[in-house]
Amino acid sequence: MSESTSDPLKGYKGRARARLQELGIRVWSDVRMVNSAGSLFEGVVLPRSESFDDLHIVLKLKNGYNIGIHVDRVASVEEIGYKEAVYKIPEQEFPSRPDLPNVTLLGTGGTIASRLDYRTGAVIPAFTPGELYGAVPELADICNLTTKKLFGVFSENMGWPEYVTLAENIEREIADGADGIVIGHGTDTMGHTAAVLSFMVQDSPVPVVVVGSQRSSDRPSSDAALNLIHAIRTAAYGDIAEVQICMFGPTSDRYGLLHRGTRCRKMHSSYRSTFRTIGDIPLCIVSRDGFSSLTDDYLHRDASRRVRIDTVYDDRVTILYYYPGMRPNLVDALVEKGYRGIVIAGTGLGHVNTPLYPALERAIDAGVHVVMTVQTLWGFAQMYVYETGRDLLDIGVVPLDNMLPETALMKLGWVLGHTDDHEKVIEMMRTPINHEITEREPHNGYLILQGGLPETDEFVSSHWK
Amino acid sequence: MPDAIDYSEVGLRVGLEVHQQLLTAKKMFCNCPAGIYTREHDGSVLRHMRPTLSELGEYDGTALMEFKTRKNIVYLLHTSNVCTYEMDDTPPFLMNPQALDIAIEQCLMLGCDIIDEVHIARKQYLDGSIPTGFQRTAIVGVEGRLPFHGREITITQVSVEEDSCREVSDRGHLIVWRTDRLGMPLIETVTGPDLRTPDEVEEAILLVGRVCRSTGHVRVGLGASRQDINVSVRGGRRVEIKGVPRAGWAPGLVHCEAVRQINLLNLRDELRGRGFRESDDLGIEHRDVTELVADSPMDLLRAGSWERYLDNGDQRSDLERGSGPFCVRAVRLPGLGDTLSWPTQPNRSFADELRGRVRVIAGLDQPPALLHSEDWPREASATNELDRLRRTLGCSSEDGLVVVWGAEEDTLTAAEEIRLRFLDAVDGVPNETRQPFADGSTDFERILPGPDRMYPDTDSPPQRVTRERVEGLQASLPELPWSREARYTEVGVPTPVIHYLIRRGGARLVDAVVELSGADLRRACFFFGERLKGLRRAGVAVDEISDERWCELFAVFDSRPVAWEAWQSLVERLVDHPDIDLQNLVEEMGLGRAPDGWRERVAGLAAELRPVHPDGSEDQRRRFLMGRAMSELRGRVSSTEVDAEIRSRIGAEHE
Repeated sequence: MSESTSDPLKGYKGRARARLQELGIRVWSDVRMVNSAGSLFEGVVLPRSESFDDLHIVLKLKNGYNIGIHVDRVASVEEIGYKEAVYKIPEQEFPSRPDLPNVTLLGTGGTIASRLDYRTGAVIPAFTPGELYGAVPELADICNLTTKKLFGVFSENMGWPEYVTLAENIEREIADGADGIVIGHGTDTMGHTAAVLSFMVQDSPVPVVVVGSQRSSDRPSSDAALNLIHAIRTAAYGDIAEVQICMFGPTSDRYGLLHRGTRCRKMHSSYRSTFRTIGDIPLCIVSRDGFSSLTDDYLHRDASRRVRIDTVYDDRVTILYYYPGMRPNLVDALVEKGYRGIVIAGTGLGHVNTPLYPALERAIDAGVHVVMTVQTLWGFAQMYVYETGRDLLDIGVVPLDNMLPETALMKLGWVLGHTDDHEKVIEMMRTPINHEITEREPHNGYLILQGGLPETDEFVSSHWK
Repeated sequence: MPDAIDYSEVGLRVGLEVHQQLLTAKKMFCNCPAGIYTREHDGSVLRHMRPTLSELGEYDGTALMEFKTRKNIVYLLHTSNVCTYEMDDTPPFLMNPQALDIAIEQCLMLGCDIIDEVHIARKQYLDGSIPTGFQRTAIVGVEGRLPFHGREITITQVSVEEDSCREVSDRGHLIVWRTDRLGMPLIETVTGPDLRTPDEVEEAILLVGRVCRSTGHVRVGLGASRQDINVSVRGGRRVEIKGVPRAGWAPGLVHCEAVRQINLLNLRDELRGRGFRESDDLGIEHRDVTELVADSPMDLLRAGSWERYLDNGDQRSDLERGSGPFCVRAVRLPGLGDTLSWPTQPNRSFADELRGRVRVIAGLDQPPALLHSEDWPREASATNELDRLRRTLGCSSEDGLVVVWGAEEDTLTAAEEIRLRFLDAVDGVPNETRQPFADGSTDFERILPGPDRMYPDTDSPPQRVTRERVEGLQASLPELPWSREARYTEVGVPTPVIHYLIRRGGARLVDAVVELSGADLRRACFFFGERLKGLRRAGVAVDEISDERWCELFAVFDSRPVAWEAWQSLVERLVDHPDIDLQNLVEEMGLGRAPDGWRERVAGLAAELRPVHPDGSEDQRRRFLMGRAMSELRGRVSSTEVDAEIRSRIGAEHE
């Protein structure tokens, strides 16, 4: 960033850059530009996104619109001033009240609060308590807020080192007396992070709430503010001292749902109500007015409890998403490249094709831990039902019941940080830490209403989506 | 119209923003079908809006105003015309290239220079009219011009944008929108402030409409084109009259706005004369008087009556109610007596300016929104109430008093808005968007947005428009309406017929028929511009006949001139039997060929229809005979010939 901000022709390359130099103007120049058709454009030269072509100069006109002018059509230009934009969320000191709980917001990136990056044209997060207070003043009525920006990455760039840093910071904040912790996170891999933190942070005395938004906060319709209000309320006052995801329940601005970190998945690429608890029901409904618990089966808030932080890991693990016709050498390649654990997302009750068996056998003989989950997401791996499943069991593929594939991957990486002993690995994998395997699937734990059916449409049309 | 004024003396300047939907198969940023409207819904969403910073780091004034209103926004959805894009649950797809092509074509018609790289911007609207909170819009052309009364109207810019939702209802804190129209592509044509009289404004709207419509690539019909009119007088400011549904409203609206601005400028002078210059000079204060009026004989001021709507008696729903308990608030206006009844528009006073703000921004929409000391209800009990309030607030005889009522928080917002409106009054005419009424009056809609509400759309890449694309579109442009008008005028077609043909797309057909069948231009103009109107009005689906069929029909008229007189039955047959073979039909009807013995048949009719009364008018009889004969002979023998035959038969009787 610092490099690009110092470049007076930020984002311009090739012909456009040469032309700007020739014309003697720079980014943020306030200009009167005339093109070859004689049209006059008055405005400020904007930086250009680096991914765009090198043929156009971008102007912000006085009426707020942007346009691109082809370099070959610039007839003349006159610089009449210089107007660098300072894009800043109005910052006000976050008020402190002794009667309110203390919440720490750990930032990883994502779009909870954001501003525009001229270099890429993308939104980048902005984050200090003062900025957040400027954007969502309601927060000050809920808690005293501390923020810590740990990293500024998109969620797809989160990984094991980041998980460790997060867990260690959670430990520190709990030690420093936080009444609850919120983690601002991009939504794409939010489920992975919530799952792995469920294993790395155990017996927390306070809620650990992961939150993000599906519409960036630079949009008036963003879900960011309401998600943040719900998450911070949960951290400050909620009773669930687990790692949980707090995101919109319906797509309407109504309430958030608290999902258990090990059982939650992003199910739509862009909907606000994208997060669903799979194979169970969510923990709680949170709204502006308070909480409405859906279950009592969770770890309750208890300030006296000592948190256990356990951050070891081995990242030589993968998910093998099975498809018909998969060639066995794929498995061999994984072994050859040194992978120590393979989570299969199998078909149906947990199956792969017969040609894969010898390869899996070779892998297991080589000491690779192979476990089975289902790509249907809902339901259990029940490999004793069909012969194919029984054969896989014989080879040594271990079923993980109804553990979600992503949760299984995170857990396997974490477990392999502790031991490489197969028996021990399998025992740890099959012993749930926090509901990643459940004994019972309630019938309302699987609900995908099929649109178009009269009864569904009647329900949908009489409720806010 | 009252208040005759010399528009040039007051420095009237008017510009237009004409919105015109484009005729595309799909919407602008998703693949939903365009132009499917529904009255029902099968889903709904509840949302709220929050202002965001502009690209340059400022909050937009309108956005902040709209945030203050804290609206609950409900969107009604129907699976036939919206997808998850319109719900703001899916990012935009790439811009519909057909929409951009039509927009470029429109720009070329308007004589614009086409932008090389079109950048999509987000224009914030927090009223909920668009679920994202912004409209996606992009400038496509600039610096166009239109010939107008020997001078030119400048076209400042033309942008292509997505249409917004249709409002279903707006009550208290709940506004409901239907999403069917959302996302339809349209262009907004912005003219310079070049119009000088109210009548010119109407003409200019119609002119822009003719230019747009002469391509045949825009939508016509209810709501397909709407215009905003920007009005100012010297010393005043630009006020936008939004969504004027028809050109005919324009003269009245423009006149009334000119009058309003002049009156507001006079009020400004009056206020300055009283020593008001800036914010600190306004000692406006307010007080919660709920307790004081708890036993008021004035029904309006009681919680019970506020909780019900006046029009239908329904209870206010939770979503419509604001926050806080019912509250009555009195606002003292020190030294501002006699300003509330200051005239603004015909039948409206400055208190209505306050009402607009209170209604829209504070959401206190129970009529009459506020009561004030210069138009207090006349009953004795009410007068006593006013005296009590004045005493409580410590009003002197020079002070004004306003009372508002509703949810507590809203009454606070209202008091602040009243203060802000007076502050604007000290300054003159505030930039506003106003909604139009048929009588020429307007009411406050929102603060006029500025450039701070614009933000680049990070979801959509800019679209390059190559010179080749522009030249390709240029090559296939239809004739410009004024050159067509000159050509038609030359052969003697009256202007209203020409304008009708251009507006309704008939001109294109006229030219096609003339070119392909060699038809007479004047005859074709009257045919498509006048004769078909009657059939269309009678519900005959004449617009379903294809261009080719019309050309065939005119070829028949060319080869068998007498058949022309049977045009109506031919057109009706064509509508009823779209696949019929026209040549066979003409043969079957015997068109263009006089039946054998037709003269004897006429003679027979004449003999049959002898006058009942010998003194009955001869003309009457002749017309009657003509009607009978023509019903059999139309299209086969020319009416002139039949008439001559009848005359000669009647003549023979007298001999």
